[in-house]
This record gives sequence, C-alpha cells and structure tokens, in this order.
Amino acid sequence: MVDRKEQRTAGQEDAQTLIGYYRQMALIRRFELTADQMYKRAKIGGYCHLNLGEEASVVGLMTALQPRDYLFTNYRDHGYALARGMSTGAVMAELFGKSTGVSKGRGGSMHMFDTETRMLGGYGIVGGQLPPATGAALALTYRGDPGPEAEAVMCQMGDGTTNIGAFHESLNLAAVWNLPIVYVIINNGLGMATTVEAAAGEPELYKRGCSYRIPGERVDGNDVVAVHDAATRALDRARRERQPFLLELMSSRLRGHSVVDPAQYRSREDVEHAQAADPVPAFRQQLLDSGVLEESLAQQIDTESREAVNAAVAFAEASPDPTPDQLFDYAYATPVPNSPDTLPGHPVTGMP
Amino acid sequence: MTDTTYRQALNDALRSELSRDENVLLIGEEIGLFEGSYKITAGLLDEFGPRRVLDTPIAEEGFVGAAVGSAMLGMRPVVEIMTLNFSLIAIDQIVNHAAKIHGMFGGQSSVPMVIRMPGGGGQQLAATHSQNLEVWYAHIPGLKVVAPSSPADAKALLIAAIRDDDPVIFLENLALYNTRGEVPDGDQVAEIGKASIAKEGKHLSVITYSRATTVALEVARQLEEEGISLEVVDLRSLRPLDRETICASVRKTSRAVVLEDDCLSYGIGAEISATLMEGAFDYLDAPVRRVAAAEIPLPYAKPLESAALPTAKDLIRVVRELLAATSFTR
Ligand SMILES: Cc1ncc(C[n+]2csc(CCOP(=O)(O)OP(=O)(O)O)c2C)c(N)n1
Ligand SMILES: [Mg+2]
Repeated sequence: MVDRKEQRTAGQEDAQTLIGYYRQMALIRRFELTADQMYKRAKIGGYCHLNLGEEASVVGLMTALQPRDYLFTNYRDHGYALARGMSTGAVMAELFGKSTGVSKGRGGSMHMFDTETRMLGGYGIVGGQLPPATGAALALTYRGDPGPEAEAVMCQMGDGTTNIGAFHESLNLAAVWNLPIVYVIINNGLGMATTVEAAAGEPELYKRGCSYRIPGERVDGNDVVAVHDAATRALDRARRERQPFLLELMSSRLRGHSVVDPAQYRSREDVEHAQAADPVPAFRQQLLDSGVLEESLAQQIDTESREAVNAAVAFAEASPDPTPDQLFDYAYATPVPNSPDTLPGHPVTGMP
Repeated sequence: MTDTTYRQALNDALRSELSRDENVLLIGEEIGLFEGSYKITAGLLDEFGPRRVLDTPIAEEGFVGAAVGSAMLGMRPVVEIMTLNFSLIAIDQIVNHAAKIHGMFGGQSSVPMVIRMPGGGGQQLAATHSQNLEVWYAHIPGLKVVAPSSPADAKALLIAAIRDDDPVIFLENLALYNTRGEVPDGDQVAEIGKASIAKEGKHLSVITYSRATTVALEVARQLEEEGISLEVVDLRSLRPLDRETICASVRKTSRAVVLEDDCLSYGIGAEISATLMEGAFDYLDAPVRRVAAAEIPLPYAKPLESAALPTAKDLIRVVRELLAATSFTR
C-alpha cells in the first residue's frame, strides 16, 4: 500500500496543461451551479446530484483516461460527461429531458451515456456500475494484448459504495481474472448523511482491496495534478499488466447529497472545512500565484464557462421534447413479434 | 431429425453457437471442469478452452453483471445460473441493469446476453431450491423470457436467444432435462415471442408452458381416447406473450384451462385469464380455470411436495369439471 503524503503540485506541468485543467474545472463548476438553479426553476426533474467540490477529482481522472478507455460512473456524473468530451448542450438537454440529450432524454441526471466518448453510463443504483464495468474489462481481454497502448476501464464510485456486495464481488472477479480496470472511490466523507466512519469497517477505503490483493492508493482529491498522476499510473499498470487498482480520492461535497438536500445534519465546522478546501478557487489562486495564469485570462476562462453554460441552457430550452409516439422506440434492440406496445387504458388484444 | 434429450439439445446449441461466433462466451459456476451442475456444458471446456467456457467464483451478482458489461462491449455471453433460485442474488443486475440499459440510455447500447437456468419443484429440494419465479422476469419490460418444453424448441430457442441483441432469460426445468424428442438436424432458429399449438383440438384449450406442456400433452392423449379433444397451446415465450395465438385458440374451443407449475396468485394464469377477458370474452362458455401450485414454501417430505404441485390428475379433474359445467357432449 502506498499512502502518498508527498504529492506533486502545479509547477512541474506545462502551463497550457494546467490552464486546460482549470478551464474544465471552471466549466463543471459553472454547469453545476446552473443545474442547481434550473432545478429550482423546475426545468430539471427527478434526482439531481452535483459534483460541486469534486471538480479537481473529476478533471484529474478524466485527463488521465484516454479516448480509447471506457468509463462507468455513479449518478453524480455531470462533470464526468463534460470532461469526457460530451457537448455541454447535450448534457444540459439530458437534464431537461429533451430528445437532444446524450441519452435522448431517457435517462436524466443520473444516466449520462455516450458511445462515442466511451462513457458507458452513469448508474443510479449504488454499486450497480461495478459488475458491468468489471465485465467491460473482461471483454477487453478478448480483443487485444496488454501493453502501453491497450484499452482499460475506469469505474468511479462513492465512499458509501464500498459497503455493498457488488463492490466486493467485482473486486474479487477483477483480481482472479486479472482485469485491466481502475476502481476509483470519491471519498467525500458521506453517503447521504452517513459518515465513512459509521459505515465502513475499514474506513481507510483504499485498503479494502487487500482481501483481493488489489493494491490501493489514497490521494488528495482536491489536487488535480496529483489525481491525474495517480490515475495515469494506475491505468498504465492496468494496460501493461492487466492488474486492477483501487484509487481513493479524498474529497468533499460542498452542498447537500442532491439539490433538494439542505444538509442540516452537517456540522458548521465540517461545512467550513469543505469550503476552505474548495478546489476550484484554490487551483485558480495557485495558478495565479505561480504565474501560470494571468488574472485577465482567468477572468476570460470564467466568462467563457458562463457563456458556454448559458448557451447549453438555451440549446436545451430550444430542443424538442420527445413525443409519446416515440415511447416504444427503444423497447428492444432486436424487434420481436407481440411486443406489448400499448399505452395505458388501451386493450392489449382486440376482440375480432 | 434425431431423437435426443432436452439436455443434449441444449448442449448441441451451445456447441454450435460457440463454433459459429467467436464472441459467444459461456460464463457460470462449475460449467467447465465440473461440466455444469446438470451437465449441460459437458465437453465444452475440452473443446473450446477456458477462455470461451469461463468458470466463475460463487458470485451471481458479480458474474451476471460482468456478463452485462461484456455484452455492452460486443461479447455475447451465455450465463448459466445453477438453478433459478440463485438468480435472486443477481436480480439487481438482471432487472435494474440488463433490462434497462438499452432503453434508459436511448438505444445506444444493446445487451446481447442469455441467462440460462433451470427451475422447478418435485425433486425434494425443499423450499429454497424448488421455485419457478418465471413471472418475476416475465413482468419486466426490457427482458425477453422464453421457456421451451421440448428438445427441438430448446435448441432452436437457445440459438435464437444467443443471436438476439437483447437480454433473454432462458428458463429450463429440472424435470425436462432427461425428456426426449425429435430435433431437426442443422441449426433451426426459432422466433422469440411466438407460441405454438403443441396439439390441435376442438373442445378445450389448455394453455401452458415448459414442463407443464408435457403434462398437458399426456392428458390430451388420454382424453382423446374418450373423444375429448384438447388443444394444447405451448406459450414458449412468456415475454413477449403471444396473446393472439392464445385468444385464437380459445375463440375456437370456447373453453380454457391454464396449467402452470408456479404458484397461483399473480401468476401466468392470471395474465392469460385477463388476456382472454379482452380477446375472447364473447366466445367463452365458462370462466377460465387455473391449475397451479399451492401457495406454500414447498416442503421436502414427498407426500407434502406432491400435494402442492399440479399434476395430470388435477388437470383432468378440472377439464372434466369445466366440460360438465358447459354441458359438453361429444
Ligand atoms: C442500492 C441502493 N441503495 C440506496 C440508494 C439510495 N442512495 C443514493 S445515493 C446514496 C449514497 C451513496 O453514497 P456514496 O457512495 O458515498 O456516493 P456520493 O453520493 O457521496 O457520491 C444512497 C444511499 C441507491 N441509489 N441504491
Ligand atoms: Mg460519498
């Protein structure tokens, strides 16, 4: 086990790369704040979980993941979809339930999916993404040899997810089948209101791979460069050696579990601590202090993020709603006779 | 045509599909060295090797879910679950994932996988190991559910299920594995979603599926000697359900009995009865009757187990009652 205290910090990367990270973090921040507003204006329905406070983790991971790799996440997935390269408008349109959404309005906030960028789903059932992600890694072993250019799978989850059976079954399968997969835990300290300490027999979650001889590493999830480096190493190992890895990113949730949760169960100190560690202003300041970023460019990036998100909202608003005649469009991939495609109150079979 | 067992028909279908398509992959507990708890995969490890015939740890949720993910990347996994009872451990992956992925993600990914598993009581395996539960799966949009009753259908439907791009629940039955029948040579591909008229008849329709079809056919043979002509409708596919074939049969015979191995309430019989209310009400001479299992966790002791499960005798009694109630004359 490696518990890396020494993390690399900004300064060793080239300036454009770092500015690129900031650009993505700023976009996610703006997108999520806007999603929150749009929810409150009833433009968005259902459950809506935000990545606010997790931007450094999201961007560090997604810049390490290559276009050829596959990604599975939980329902807190907007940032991943954006950083993976889906269009901001199509992600917003999915939240709005429009047919131009990435999942054609069928999935909503929790279920971003895009074959092209190989994000094979946000999943709303806690732990549900782990067995399929593991199976995707299994499929990779049938279509190519290990090596630095090989494909790999990344499977993201929350801290609370390490307590469900699917986590343990999946890690065990990945170990005995030698699968090229990196499991990533975003440890924001909470599963809804339940703390890691209250829920996990081994609260140092990166150690939970021990039973399966899967190595783990705990990294500061607020440090985008450290996350990027750790994820790159884990992915490289998965590609070359077909060995799974368990990465734990220490992070915080800036808001409630979902947009409707005021999180009154949290102590003032906890919230203040999370706000003080907020990775977006911190990284911005770090880049300004080290001279990588000029204030004017920083402001320009912030403005561009706002404009991009506003354009996304406009696109989503202008997009058509799916219509009832499309209801059964994706009932089956292979058409089948006698499919019961009837609307409520319509007879399933007629009297002659 | 070759006379063969249901077990061998399944084995033949698997072998033939493994040879035809290199993306076909068998996944399950003890399907390799042990050749499957019921020997359906006999010889396949030797023939195709451990990459195509993949033994798993005892982790139904894990390996069923892994099959889902591998199918999303283009493999065509055929999962064996030792018995249907253990599929409950994997129900989240079947119902919340396999069944949902195509529709919920806007048709971007199909999940071409098959889950084969035997159900059925009557083997003195007691309550946890004797269930059918087909309605659990037949209830779920996004799944296709088939339950063949003959070796020929078993082979042709398994081939169809493997070639289908949707998740197919393929229900076998412990009591069918040793049954025999004629199987056409070559690879026939059945059409999922279609019932068959297993025996034509005039006076009364018995609507049934899987093992119970064999019971219904036997009863039909017996009653034929008395001049009572039963039509046996073998559903074959529980989702989609071929409502037209069911209704057409009952419009002809005016009498219907549903025979099912699973327990009565909320069962297949309930669905068929409702279907007949809509599609054959004016043609029915009497209410639809249902012959199903008693609603009790199935006991081990033979006299109790036998009392709980529907038999040929039960079917004959109900057929006679229904004929009497409708002033049947030959
Ligand atoms: C199987 C299951 N049980 C319960 C829930 C309800 N639920 C949704 S999110 C959540 C907490 C998950 O916490 P964690 O894994 O830490 O992820 P986070 O929300 O912090 O990102 C719960 C209990 C669910 N979606 N699925
Ligand atoms: Mg959490």
